[in-house]
Amino acid sequence: MIPAAFEYYRPKDIAGVLSILEEHGDDARVMAGGHSLIPMMKLRMADVPHLIDLQDVGGMSDITVGGDSIRIGAMVTQADIIDHEGLTTAAPILREAALQIADPQVRYMGTVGGNVANGDPGNDMPGLMQCLDAVFTVIGTDGERDIPARDFYEAAYMTAREDEEVLTAVTIPLPKGGWAYEKQKRKIGDYATAAAAVQIVKDGGTCAAASIAMTNLSDTPVYSEAASNALVGTAVDDAALGAAVAAMLGDIDPTEDNRGPVAFKNHVAGVILRRAIARAWSRA
Amino acid sequence: MSKKMHIKLNVNGKDEEFLAEPRELLIYTLRERLNITGPHIGCETSHCGACTVTIDGKSVKSCTMFAAQADGAEITTIEGIGNPDDLHPLQTAFKEHHGLQCGYCTPGMITRATKLLEENPTPTEEEIRFGMAGNICRCTGYQNIIKSIQAAAAEMNAAKEAAE
Repeated sequence: MIPAAFEYYRPKDIAGVLSILEEHGDDARVMAGGHSLIPMMKLRMADVPHLIDLQDVGGMSDITVGGDSIRIGAMVTQADIIDHEGLTTAAPILREAALQIADPQVRYMGTVGGNVANGDPGNDMPGLMQCLDAVFTVIGTDGERDIPARDFYEAAYMTAREDEEVLTAVTIPLPKGGWAYEKQKRKIGDYATAAAAVQIVKDGGTCAAASIAMTNLSDTPVYSEAASNALVGTAVDDAALGAAVAAMLGDIDPTEDNRGPVAFKNHVAGVILRRAIARAWSRA
Repeated sequence: MSKKMHIKLNVNGKDEEFLAEPRELLIYTLRERLNITGPHIGCETSHCGACTVTIDGKSVKSCTMFAAQADGAEITTIEGIGNPDDLHPLQTAFKEHHGLQCGYCTPGMITRATKLLEENPTPTEEEIRFGMAGNICRCTGYQNIIKSIQAAAAEMNAAKEAAE
């Protein structure tokens, strides 16, 4: 419950953030909503001698829905996602997923940027962002660079972001077709036993495009290109669903924990993916 | 020990200024520094919501925020919602509908419910359950908490209509 002592900084701009990160290196860390980092600090699992609070840094709290893409500032909260009508119209899967993350109080504070940058495979937004083929913008002293969500996750808590970089925004190509974020969990606020993000495009009675990513079934989120491909060109009938599930099972690598053994997680992953595809298809 | 910070808060309408270490969690500021002991601590993993207060219009678990983060904020705790001589409709409803037993979750429950009803004055039972899902209760089984919030909503909406 009691975090170790640290120095606290609340810079007003990104230059201020970067200079503190540069000065203190590994000993400094940025904090957005604080709802993963503070719990870890309270358990002394995270040691952060220099804590940089991003709340006063401008320009990171906007949601911009453009003609072909959506830009979400890293400090946009889950509650902001849920409340934003334009965003819900343009990319309804975001609201559907955000409502399955944590609880009301946590959603007022927890941010999109923190969720995707955290690196915990339990987080829901990483898989969702891989499904949507989002791009993460990070800024460091050498300037900005964009990293595709599908290339961002290396292992649990290990991402392509360098220690001295700050994730500033998520950009999503305007999603097309039907959608679903289906999550099996033990209770409200729990990380998924298994979850699936699906976007699917229907042309006539045929699947023209599909994108599938799975949550908390490996040490990273899993974008399953093989499962997506198994649906394209089919009528999304039972055989196609079976092929997609089989392909997905080849890409995930769950581990046993108190959410269940590996065999159970594979089973749940299949059930969840079938449900997600069926719901997305019904909306396509 | 790290350098102490000068922190200003407005809690239940009263300005507070003090020096605190950055690691001081807001729940301890409220309880131990300001003697506002209605908000409680039920866990150390941000699940239970017993520490819920309203900060700048948001329901926040004050165990998961440093006082330093709240510098400059307006905070409302159960003590600012109503008192024994002037109960808030939610407090009356929790009493009349037996929405509490040990009372430990109640300050967080009622504080969260004020915000829920502000955002959604006519919630369904399902919306109440979902909107209160960040608050755990060991005693009531929730049923009477739902009834209390429904009764308070009806009371507040009737009062609002009468005023118009």
